[in-house]
Amino acid sequence: MRVVIAEDLFLLRDGLIRTLQDHGFEVVAAVDNSPELLRALREHEPDVAVVDIRLPPTFTDEGLKATLEARRARPGLPVLILSQYVDQLYAHELLAGGGGAIGYLLKDRVTHTAQFVAAVRTVAAGGTVMDPQVIAKLLARSDARGTTAALTPREHDVLELMAEGRSNAAIMHTLHISESAVAKHTANIFAKLGIEASADDNRRVLAVLAYLKNAERIAQPF
Amino acid sequence: MRAGIGADRRFGGEHVVTARGAVRPLVDRAAALGRCQLLSLNGLLVSATGSLVVGALLLLPVGAGLPLLPRAAAALRTLSDRYRSWTTRWSGTPVSPPEPLGGHGHGTGRRTGAARVLGDDGFWHDLRWAWLEPLVGGLLVAVPLALVDFGLFGVLVQPFVWRRLGPDNWYAFVPVESTATMLAAAVLGLGSIAAGLLLAPAALDLHATWSRRMLSAPRTAELVRRIAHLTDTRADALDTQAAELQRIERDLHDGAQARLVALGLTLDRATRLLDTDPRAGRELLLDVRAASARALQDLRDLVHGIHPPILTDRGLGDAVRSLALDSHLDVHVENGLPGRLPTPVESAAYFAVAELLANAGKHADAHEVRIRLVHTDGALRVTVTDDGHGGADPARGGGLHGIRRRIGSFDGTLALQSPPGGPTTATLEIPCASSSPKTSSSSGTA
Repeated sequence: MRVVIAEDLFLLRDGLIRTLQDHGFEVVAAVDNSPELLRALREHEPDVAVVDIRLPPTFTDEGLKATLEARRARPGLPVLILSQYVDQLYAHELLAGGGGAIGYLLKDRVTHTAQFVAAVRTVAAGGTVMDPQVIAKLLARSDARGTTAALTPREHDVLELMAEGRSNAAIMHTLHISESAVAKHTANIFAKLGIEASADDNRRVLAVLAYLKNAERIAQPF
Repeated sequence: MRAGIGADRRFGGEHVVTARGAVRPLVDRAAALGRCQLLSLNGLLVSATGSLVVGALLLLPVGAGLPLLPRAAAALRTLSDRYRSWTTRWSGTPVSPPEPLGGHGHGTGRRTGAARVLGDDGFWHDLRWAWLEPLVGGLLVAVPLALVDFGLFGVLVQPFVWRRLGPDNWYAFVPVESTATMLAAAVLGLGSIAAGLLLAPAALDLHATWSRRMLSAPRTAELVRRIAHLTDTRADALDTQAAELQRIERDLHDGAQARLVALGLTLDRATRLLDTDPRAGRELLLDVRAASARALQDLRDLVHGIHPPILTDRGLGDAVRSLALDSHLDVHVENGLPGRLPTPVESAAYFAVAELLANAGKHADAHEVRIRLVHTDGALRVTVTDDGHGGADPARGGGLHGIRRRIGSFDGTLALQSPPGGPTTATLEIPCASSSPKTSSSSGTA
């Protein structure tokens, strides 16, 4: 699987290259600024890109802007964004396209190599991966408003993991429950929240995220 | 009459325009006329007090003025303050008052009292005003009054007295000798009343301008006050900054720093265990990973508390939208900001909005909040309105006090309207420049 990396700190870039190479990825380009990132994405047409949000020359949200620009030119280009902090506004902007093939994770999630690599693969396959912090905040809002009040605590846990973009197998593993239990919980969640069930993993994630966002009538600029 | 209306057009064009079609209620004009009457009557009082003060001054050489002058000066100040408050209330622009009579502290004796009065700039300003006000101000407000009184005479008195007055009874240029000319005089009188009413607001406006020029504190007094304010807010800013640095130091010491030390210790134990008990060593290493994640989170929270990264990335508008997304309330953000604001202003406004939003959720029991950001008249204005139960006391809340201190260094103000039952509206204003979207707000190139 061919991957482009954009990260301005040498140590982190080096670590990312090693980690991904160790797991069978082919790193076709590793750049440290956003103009080069855009060029690399055009030239190499990678299967997935791993991009640090804060890049030269402005050291603000350069990586995010480059990602959105590249995805306008090539819709569905899989990109996993890494950041020192996660912001709900950025999460919304990344999800706004609604198509998937997008990831948004805290940088230190990289240290959980197995989960990180799984996230890169999910995004490359067109899936959606959101950082647990983003999901936790979305859920906290829903809970405060009672839109998820009908769920049992266990179902709540399952919903959280589904929203993060985890597969049934990963949920099973994390919560130490059987596969049939996961299936039962997800069916209950969909029934209680009125979300249309879908066999497709990515559609399921998007539906759950849309529910969490929309149930809250999120503020839009006028 | 024509000249009167012409004057109105020149001095108060807006009144004429809005009067067309009786948009501006007659009541307003009648009120203005009443105020003219009030000023006109008070002119006598001003005149009398001015004479009293001059009398006291003349009696100073023989000693009798010594006890008299401070009292006369105080009476004059009471009167001039009354005019200041009227001018402020009627024109909407505050008149800056002079320092209290006699400066700071209280006079110890009669001699000091009189000496203090004589050395007071504000006293001499008051005295100058007292002699000029009846002439200039009194004359100004007398114009509409005279027109109305003359009109009333034509409409209400002439119809009954013209028969008795006989020939040579003139009303303005109308010889009132028959019913026809009496009616003409009445029409003329009505015109005069109308002109007086039309002119009253303009006369009042002119009087306000005149009063502001005469009664505003002398420039030096204003500057002295400004310096005192700057000294206060600078001390506040330094205190706040020092407290902030202390908080950061403490947070680092108790948070990330402590976690890193613990991390090192655990790593050490894990290394020793690797030979004897690899399984336990592995457990410890997993603990280390979790601890490092917590240390990172501590640092992230700290950075967010110092200066939220999204503020650097996107500016105030998007940072407030991000706050809105984090809030449990329904928050609607209307961002009318044209571009970036100076960094310290953005930061102060951001934390103020965060505090107000938290208050709305915590104390006001609100469900919906509207936040409006605009930059007008050289100032950032943020209004935060919630649908909570209101009744917030601006004097009490510690958070509000903190906001005021923070924005005080920028000459910013926070106004709170919170009637019992809601809604609560907080209006934050910070004077500042705004850069266009493409221009960097960094200093130097302007």
